[in-house]
Amino acid sequence: MPLKIIASQCTGCSACEPECPNVAITEKGGVFFINPKKCTECIGHFDAPQCTAVCPVDNTCVIDKSLPRYQPAA
Amino acid sequence: MQQSADYKGCGTSGGAGKASCGSGAGANDLPPHIWDKVKNHPCYSEEAHHHYARMHVAVAPACNIQCNYCNRKYDCANESRPGVVSEKLTPEQAAKKVLAVASTIPQMTVLGIAGPGDPLANPQKTFKTFELIAKTAPDIKLCLSTNGLALPDHVETISKFKVDHVTITINMIDPAIGQRIYPWIFWNHKRYTGREAAQLLTERQLLGLEMLSARGILCKVNSVMIPGVNDKHLVEVNRAVKSRGAFLHNIMPLISAPEHGTVFGLAGQRGPTAQELKALQDDCEGEMNMMRHCRQCRADAVGLLGEDRSAEFTTDKLNSIQVRYDADARKSYQAAVEREREAKAAARESQLATLAGEHSEIKLLVAVATKGSGLINEHFGHAKEFQVYELSTAGAKFVGHRRVDLYCQGGYGEEESLSTVIRAINDCHAVFVAKIGGCPKAELAQAGIDPVDRHAGEFIEKSAISWFQHYLDRVRSGEIQHRARGDADIRQGAFIAA
Repeated sequence: MPLKIIASQCTGCSACEPECPNVAITEKGGVFFINPKKCTECIGHFDAPQCTAVCPVDNTCVIDKSLPRYQPAA
Repeated sequence: MQQSADYKGCGTSGGAGKASCGSGAGANDLPPHIWDKVKNHPCYSEEAHHHYARMHVAVAPACNIQCNYCNRKYDCANESRPGVVSEKLTPEQAAKKVLAVASTIPQMTVLGIAGPGDPLANPQKTFKTFELIAKTAPDIKLCLSTNGLALPDHVETISKFKVDHVTITINMIDPAIGQRIYPWIFWNHKRYTGREAAQLLTERQLLGLEMLSARGILCKVNSVMIPGVNDKHLVEVNRAVKSRGAFLHNIMPLISAPEHGTVFGLAGQRGPTAQELKALQDDCEGEMNMMRHCRQCRADAVGLLGEDRSAEFTTDKLNSIQVRYDADARKSYQAAVEREREAKAAARESQLATLAGEHSEIKLLVAVATKGSGLINEHFGHAKEFQVYELSTAGAKFVGHRRVDLYCQGGYGEEESLSTVIRAINDCHAVFVAKIGGCPKAELAQAGIDPVDRHAGEFIEKSAISWFQHYLDRVRSGEIQHRARGDADIRQGAFIAA
């Protein structure tokens, strides 16, 4: 399950964009968007998803439960 | 200890009366190379802020810490407080805006990057902006304001880009207090909370301050005064930053209203009263230079401190502004400003000379309505703020300002706003204005505040000293009795800029 950004809560501050190790985050119409194909939940990079850790608004960068879990390559 | 020690040590001499060293200091109070750096920086020199303007460009939206007095979700064009902007800019847009403002406002001498997040959490955007401006408008001073967490990593770059003024917001040096102000920080790819977060933050802030001081970069420290949280502690903060070479300390009142949606606002945490703020600033003044003219402006403010012309320079409007950057025209305009400043200083000195030999225990505050240039040139009803001076036989000293709602609003709500104005300057014995109507005049007098309009268009300090002499004469002759005034309110609600 990759992460997603709840657009209605995103302030567009861009703090998450440079923190993403997968360059999965881009700006779209003033708010930010995570490309689910690129997101690895930061597994293998960091202890916690970087977007969630740096986001100033609680519960805005969250796991997208509608998508299958990210599978690290063996 | 630090290279910078040479411009300190004047703190105690800046006590009662003499305009305090540092932000209130004039050419004769500072070493020439320091005076040269601050003389036309409105934030670093109180004297300069009557004449010179600054602008902030909002190129740095990201932040790396969370503060309980900040809410990044909220933005309103009608509100003025740090951390709030109406539109974010790219470095290229920012550089264009700077040129447009510099050609429209020739007394704009300083470009600052203050957010709306933290400039050093957006290092590429911040330094790209500085690079572009240094190329196109080399006469403009560069300045930045940071929470300090990332500062040690960027001191070399700051020095390389000749950023001569850096402000660090330091609200505590004790992590036990810090954890009540900062819920978390993001550092080295990790979110830290609680005491650990505050410990890391204070270490990084003080290290950054030492590194800047060692390179001779002027540092101002901003502290937010939060009653019951860090108000008493700020005296220790003051000592700690002084010993690490800070040039100026700016203690600001907490801005906290429930509608801002901040943790403090929602929790009902109050800000200080005018007297509480002044008492703390006075306590710290013996230790070092205090800034008292801060307007806690937005991260996209444009103009003199206390006025906000940012609405004239929105991206839409920038396209229609003809940008003709004329360095010579700016220079000659600024030379005229310097002559005006000299005339003002000469008038103050000659009036002050007449006070020589006078001794009185009386010390009191007066409010002044001004549009700038150090003159009493604003109507009472048009004033959006009043500047406050402390008068004694040692002279007139700027000690603060009070924001108010316009009294004159075209016929409605006036009585209510008049009482707000009176509450805001309730600790003052007199208010100096260019003009005032009969009705507010009577109400002010009734509230014990002398409305003075006979010095319209004259220099503030000269007029205030002359009024004070007359006041002392009347007290001496028994015509009036000197009485202490009460406390005053610091405005908390949303500030309507224009």
